[in-house]
Amino acid sequence: MAVLQSKHDALQARIAALSFAPQGWLGAARSDALARLTAMGLPGKRDEYWRYTDPTGLNAVEAAPVTLFDPGDEPAPFSGVDRLKIVFVDGVFDASQSDALALEGVQIERTCDAAEADIHWASALYGVLEARGQSPVQRPFAALNSAFADDGLLIRVTQTPSKPISLIYHHKSMTSDVILHHCIKVESGAEVTILENGAAAARFNHVMEIEVADDARFHHIRAQGRAHTRQAVTHLFARIGRNAAFKSFTLTANGRLTRNDAVLELLGADSVAHVAGAALGDGDFHHDDTVFITHAAERCESRQVFKKVLKNGAVGVFQGKILVKQGAQKTDGYQISQALMLDGDSQFLAKPELEIYADDVKCSHGSTSGAIDETALFYLRSRGVPLRQAQSLLVLAFLAEAISEIEDEVISDDIRQRLQSWLARHEH
Amino acid sequence: MLEINNLHVKLEEEDKVILRGVNLKIGAGEVHAIMGPNGSGKSTLSYVLSGRDGYEVTEGSAKLEGQELLEMEPEARAAVGLFLAFQYPVEIPGVGNMTFLRTAVNAQRKARNETEISAGDFLKLVREKAKALQIDAEMLKRPVNVGFSGGEKKRNEILQMAMLEPKMCILDETDSGLDVDAMKLVAEGVNALRGAGRSFLVITHYQRLLDHIKPDFVHIMAAGRIIKTGGPELALEVENNGYADLLAESV
Repeated sequence: MAVLQSKHDALQARIAALSFAPQGWLGAARSDALARLTAMGLPGKRDEYWRYTDPTGLNAVEAAPVTLFDPGDEPAPFSGVDRLKIVFVDGVFDASQSDALALEGVQIERTCDAAEADIHWASALYGVLEARGQSPVQRPFAALNSAFADDGLLIRVTQTPSKPISLIYHHKSMTSDVILHHCIKVESGAEVTILENGAAAARFNHVMEIEVADDARFHHIRAQGRAHTRQAVTHLFARIGRNAAFKSFTLTANGRLTRNDAVLELLGADSVAHVAGAALGDGDFHHDDTVFITHAAERCESRQVFKKVLKNGAVGVFQGKILVKQGAQKTDGYQISQALMLDGDSQFLAKPELEIYADDVKCSHGSTSGAIDETALFYLRSRGVPLRQAQSLLVLAFLAEAISEIEDEVISDDIRQRLQSWLARHEH
Repeated sequence: MLEINNLHVKLEEEDKVILRGVNLKIGAGEVHAIMGPNGSGKSTLSYVLSGRDGYEVTEGSAKLEGQELLEMEPEARAAVGLFLAFQYPVEIPGVGNMTFLRTAVNAQRKARNETEISAGDFLKLVREKAKALQIDAEMLKRPVNVGFSGGEKKRNEILQMAMLEPKMCILDETDSGLDVDAMKLVAEGVNALRGAGRSFLVITHYQRLLDHIKPDFVHIMAAGRIIKTGGPELALEVENNGYADLLAESV
């Protein structure tokens, strides 16, 4: 179906200034993505999955300028973790600040370098998982990303590397408008941890396509940048094989607009897909987690655990779906989304969905929103814990279930530390 | 130690008067018991003293070693040495019992300008105190009171008391929901804390707890006032005859 003329015009304006390189295998993938995008147009408030989140700022021709965030003396995320550091500054790979792209068991290259090859393993991935993820729900910003990404990495994990790969997105320009696209392939039997942190840009469009082969394990922990006025739209697309694991956790503190989509397909039996998030918003903050997990094989387990702490008019959105296909018997699907409202001004909008075509499955979902438990607060204070400390303790307790999804203790402690310091900065 | 003078309290939300002039003086090292029929204001007294929201003091004072409690935040009352063992200890999912205890001990030390206890010393101390109350390592690891039985919750209250070493302990119906063995264990825990000038206010419906925690004074509370004060024999009198005679006498 042709898109409306007005939508068409808006899209042409949006992409007019973006660079499009149609050469080689990557060029073909980009052209396909552009065709998908052109057929869809940009999202509007009337689109089902954009009803709670206004895409205006993401559709705008230029990124709204932002003020840069000063973390003060707080250490950067994952500082205490032994990792391979790869740095991007306003969306451009910076070799001088990065470690050498060499790690045993892993091949890492920039997409722009790989584009010149006649044939490349990533051609089976780039834009391919994104394209799969366009149905049944359209994700125009992901197609835009595949078509126009400025930079990105292709990471192939053949054995289990000794340390995590850490992608660091520095943000230096007040008007940077960045599109990054990464592809990750975890080969059979391998296990890898990918860390991501930083605001990246005034407006950040991020796509990560992940292939988790049979018997492989993929861990992803992300701390999205704290700049108050930044906007971000991110997509994780994953295809998960047999007896494999995909685990992703995202910490979001601040940001005027954050839309995080995760589109996960469990294609082999006995696999797990966990996606979790902790979001903290104070004031002009809109945070949207949109998750779509497809169970297409037997005996898979999926978990969606999303917790949001909101105050001063912050808005949290959760749209989570579990689709159990015919034949995906013994599926175990769990979904929880909860908001802790620290005052009466904030808003939480949740839309849990289950669509099940198998008859021997277990799926549960729950969604709650509420204030801090006054009885628990009094109990703590009666034991001598000062009010603010008691509140922080209860907020961390509220977030605990999401944080516990992180397997590595050093990393989960780091995340907990960041939550604590955010709470100290935003005292109630 | 604790001196309550002419305390009048009403519920904040509704215009309901609960305490109508309570007078009570507890000396250092003394154990006082308050008994009384349901709705007489016993639990309200304990909540007002510890600083819970929802009550309005319309008249009177409550001083701990000369310091006015009623103007302090709950955490400040704890820091000066007041402790309330809850009738219904609160479950706090996500907060480990150990973390909770250590946070509380250190918060009080900090408020009193004392140095924080080291992780090693704390662990040693908590293990020793927990052992006496038959609280195992597993219970210490679990979130505060979550999945604890009634008896475990009450023992956990006494453990907190032992760790915090308050000067003035209020036990609000600590015997409710306990079987005989659990009650003995809790009473032993309390008795172990007696002495060193520590005072207790034991709120209970039944005399049986007072067989284990022997009070120096027994007060009968009715309709928001203390209507009679005596020795341990007063508790026996209530046990045998109920409150009817005492209530009739006081009118």
